[in-house]
Amino acid sequence: MVIKGKVHKYGDNVNTDEILPARYLSLREAKELAKHCLEGIDPEFTKKISPGDILVVGKNFGCGSSREQAPLALKTCGLSLIIAQSFARIFYRNAINIGLPILIVKEKIENVSSGNELEVNLNTGEIRNLTRKETYQAEKFPSFMQEIISAGGLLNYVQGKKSATYPR
Amino acid sequence: MTISEKILAEHCGRKEVKPGEFIEAKIDLALGNDITAPLAVKEFYQIGGEKVFAPERVVFVLDHFTPNKDILSAENCKYLRQFARGQKINLFADGSVGIEHALLPEEGLIHPGDLIIGADSHTCTYGALGAFACGVGSTDLAAVMLTGELWFRIPETIKVIYSGKLQPWVCGKDLILYTLGKLGVDGANYCALEFSGEVIKNLPQNERFTICNMAVETGAKNGIIEPDEITFDYLKKLQITNYPSSVPPASLCEAKRGGLRRTGKLQTTNLKSDKDAVYKNIIEIDCSQIEPQVAYPPLPANVRPVTKTSNGVKLDQVVIGSCTNGWLEDLRIAAKILSGRKVHPGLRLIVIPATPRIYLQALKEGLIEVFLSAGAIVGPPTCGPCLGGHLGILAAGESCLSTTNRNFRGRMGHLESEVYLASPAVAAASAVLGRIAHPDEVTKI
Repeated sequence: MVIKGKVHKYGDNVNTDEILPARYLSLREAKELAKHCLEGIDPEFTKKISPGDILVVGKNFGCGSSREQAPLALKTCGLSLIIAQSFARIFYRNAINIGLPILIVKEKIENVSSGNELEVNLNTGEIRNLTRKETYQAEKFPSFMQEIISAGGLLNYVQGKKSATYPR
Repeated sequence: MTISEKILAEHCGRKEVKPGEFIEAKIDLALGNDITAPLAVKEFYQIGGEKVFAPERVVFVLDHFTPNKDILSAENCKYLRQFARGQKINLFADGSVGIEHALLPEEGLIHPGDLIIGADSHTCTYGALGAFACGVGSTDLAAVMLTGELWFRIPETIKVIYSGKLQPWVCGKDLILYTLGKLGVDGANYCALEFSGEVIKNLPQNERFTICNMAVETGAKNGIIEPDEITFDYLKKLQITNYPSSVPPASLCEAKRGGLRRTGKLQTTNLKSDKDAVYKNIIEIDCSQIEPQVAYPPLPANVRPVTKTSNGVKLDQVVIGSCTNGWLEDLRIAAKILSGRKVHPGLRLIVIPATPRIYLQALKEGLIEVFLSAGAIVGPPTCGPCLGGHLGILAAGESCLSTTNRNFRGRMGHLESEVYLASPAVAAASAVLGRIAHPDEVTKI
């Protein structure tokens, strides 16, 4: 699957308090959470983005609290993908579990700026920066995680296994 | 294998596991709270869940936004109470509420060798009792409620060895802050952090909890300390309870929980890393040189010694409490410094005992009287201000020094407020002087 989108770039250590501030944690609907996405860094963020845009960030994205409301807000606000130099552990886990597309690119990604147009092949991990005429290669997911991603998230994966092992 | 690898191997029925491998393992205990459980319950129903798998192995503690801070959180708590009662899940939702990571050990729900997951990043706290405990998301919790199992990638282990002699006032909080300063906020990303050495072996149980609690701030998957006499002594003493709770305390190492036995057979004598265990990295820390530490905003790893802080940053608020430092021993240290003294005029000192038992014992020991006489505000057990929930939010331009575990921008309130992290002794001294202070500045005049 190939996606194309405009970049919004942020730095290192963007944490989940910034992605989804605590005062919104009581909200249960994904659409409501999405309205406050990244409000801790940029209160205007949700007004700036168009559907399909791509978030590009530095190291340790999503560090801090385990709040799943954070990746859920990112998934629902219109972004198509998050590319990071590295992800914090619980955020990475949550993103895979809920089907939020993420990619890890360790090198050259600091060259990317807000406004760049990217074309990304989610299957091969090849990323083409159409503005800067550069390409980057994302890391492959371990095959176990690819299974969860292909199933469309953890619960689909678990449900599929359950039906297989315990026929009614 | 390391102790972390042993516990994971046992829970997926394998003789040996290696870092990088993926497993699906049986969970001994799964935890959720009023922030994370609503999403988990929603997901559970959405995927067609009807009856929770092994409800006696699931615990909900409603501790973050309680006593209910507003209508939305009241509705979430009501939703969770109904679900928990219908499914016969262990529930702490009223006067029994304590901060979850202090409450669960106190209730006898944590045992050496357990595999524990929690929809809360500070679940790693229980590693202090020799359990493998890590934070996960709400969807993970839903998966465990469906099947009793969860997927894990076996982490590499970083071993930290603490040697030397602790200076006066230096405690577990200072050790973990110092370690954070060395590792950085992602220095242990995805790794198990094994805390060891003569200093650890002599640390009381509450300080071990403090250290493991903040393992996650280095990016670690879990923090762990090999169980020893201090661990087993702590567990034995839990037999005596003086306060009603919803769940009867489990007996030492028999691990009955609502009548259910632990899944594994790992002997507690084997809960040690092998001599030939392979580590990603071994870090040695000489504690003799360590002074009380403070983490400056905006990162928990932005750590420096207290005496080097520029002439003492002025403070508007001090918080003593949380899953990191809300233990009885922390309150005793704070009370020792505050006794006969007053909180600095204009400064708000908020003291939050971590559990009802701790609160009651502090009352009996006269600590609460010391706090109130000093001019402190004493609150009910809750996470409250730590995550910017309630009971002590900061306005623009305000600064708070707290015994909590995170100080990211806007953590405790307005984006233009600042949070400094330190030990209970530094917090108490700072509350008296109205600025960041070394305890000696108050006690040795």
